[in-house]
Amino acid sequence: MSLGALPPVPTDPADVRPGSGDGGPRPASLPLRTSGSGTAEPRGDRVFRGLSVSAGVALLLLIVAIALFLVVRAVPALRADTAGFLSSTGWDPNALPPRFGIVALAFGTVLSSLLALAMALPVALGVALFISHYAPRRIAGPLGYVVDLLAAVPSVVFGLWGISYLNVPLAGVSRFLAEHLGWFPLFARAADDVYTRSLFLASVVLAIMILPIIASLSREVFLQVPATNQEAALALGATRWEMVRTAVLPFARPGVIGATMLGLGRALGETIAVAIVLSPAFVVSLSVLQPNSGNTIAANIALAFAEASATGRGALIASGLVLFVITLLVNVVARAVVSRRREFTGGAL
Amino acid sequence: MGKRIESIGLDAYYGTFKAIEGVTLTIEPKSVTALIGPSGCGKSTFLRSINRMHEVVPGARVEGKLLLDDEDVYGPGVDATTVRRTIGMVFQRPNPFPTMSIYDNVVAGLKLNGVKKKADLDAACERSLKGANLWNEVKDRLGKPGAGLSGGQQQRLCIARAIAVEPQVLLMDEPCSALDPISTLAIEDLMTELKDRFTIVIVTHNMQQAARVSDRTGFFTIEATGQPGRLVEIDDTQKIFTNPGEKRTEDYITGRFG
Repeated sequence: MSLGALPPVPTDPADVRPGSGDGGPRPASLPLRTSGSGTAEPRGDRVFRGLSVSAGVALLLLIVAIALFLVVRAVPALRADTAGFLSSTGWDPNALPPRFGIVALAFGTVLSSLLALAMALPVALGVALFISHYAPRRIAGPLGYVVDLLAAVPSVVFGLWGISYLNVPLAGVSRFLAEHLGWFPLFARAADDVYTRSLFLASVVLAIMILPIIASLSREVFLQVPATNQEAALALGATRWEMVRTAVLPFARPGVIGATMLGLGRALGETIAVAIVLSPAFVVSLSVLQPNSGNTIAANIALAFAEASATGRGALIASGLVLFVITLLVNVVARAVVSRRREFTGGAL
Repeated sequence: MGKRIESIGLDAYYGTFKAIEGVTLTIEPKSVTALIGPSGCGKSTFLRSINRMHEVVPGARVEGKLLLDDEDVYGPGVDATTVRRTIGMVFQRPNPFPTMSIYDNVVAGLKLNGVKKKADLDAACERSLKGANLWNEVKDRLGKPGAGLSGGQQQRLCIARAIAVEPQVLLMDEPCSALDPISTLAIEDLMTELKDRFTIVIVTHNMQQAARVSDRTGFFTIEATGQPGRLVEIDDTQKIFTNPGEKRTEDYITGRFG
């Protein structure tokens, strides 16, 4: 390009570098071929691609291996089952003949998780919105940090806290609910007036556990809403809440659904906290305020695995397989919900 | 429709930084007024002070008087949301709500105002899109996302959204700076039509644009970085571009600085 006659005029002083633009001699042509082999992909790209492809493949293999393990170990126990695994509620795999079914466990798992989600989601969204859009900056920072910290607390701590501090006060709340709203199936009164260590307690502990996860992720999504969209709403005369409703929440919807599913996934699979607080029973019951009104798959595995017979372990593994499928279904549904209005997501997700 | 804007000794701050100082001017109803000046001279800040969007930035505030037909926009008991419903705004980058259809974008402001009847919304949608010269291009796909339109169409969609609530004043903050020349022309034509109904104030970096579309032109500048921006003069566009009263204005429009 430069032939020495007309040195290029720098448009910006920063562009002037010593040795450039002086019209000095340059190689007439650069060789396009840099390697002898057929493909011209640089080595760095090849290595990086190899690494990322193998990481992806390894993950897939891992999932397949887990599923295979679950199936292979579960099948002998399922063969030995005399009760009908998918249709019966009792759980006695160590007996002769073994009798066990997944219905009560699956029901308790889903019910406690949904209850936890119903309690955690509104609070989590409120906390996230407060941090992202309402709190003054010097409060928002530390508060966000505390929420992140809560998300990192191990579940065994939540379980211990739940059983030692939350159990008794919550029993009082349960009694109040049962006495005044006993007509509602979830709040059915206990015949013996005992309301401790209930599935409700487990749900509350789960709710407290998943609240920081949902809040933390939602806050990140709320903060990503473009300022121009929020200004557009304000310029139309929206109040702050109307601005949140028109510009922030719809934009953040896919991300919030993702955060919710992550929380639900954790609640479904939570083991030790539930095992600690719950007084379990293998029944299908909506009376969540009472003890011995349900159990969850993960907690049951934790409690029963150590002392199970060979068939018993197989049965527990089969229940793990069911949990695996439930979690998978939840994720598939969430994906479907998110992609239903994909063209309207405006680049989020 | 179309109200008079009168600014009297208006100062605007970002925290402790004074961005504009002592802006006093009058903007006549049903006219196009262009605000020009170098970057950072405070013309956008002044524009955003008119509909109280300036104070959306944390720590930002305004002192002085800004009258809309003799009513102080910053008077006690005046609600910023009411002001913004009366004074519409179009931004530099087209910003339709990405989660909404074309239709929902146009009627978003009406829904905020509590208009619920489908027939009213339909009528307002058609009227506003026609007003923004966009109706023929989108009438068959009102249910499609607003973000799927071209940049120029998106900006006209934003104009339709702003005029759907029938404001008195339309503020435009460099509305064409992100657009190609043809889309720019479309918006400029639109401004000439809209001034029959609204008082229009436009901030622009493009002096040809100011000369083409505006009746009056105000020139802002700053003495130095860190100093507040000031209004140097405001006069008929014809006069500003041929025989400005101030040397600094002449230097700017002839390209000697800025």
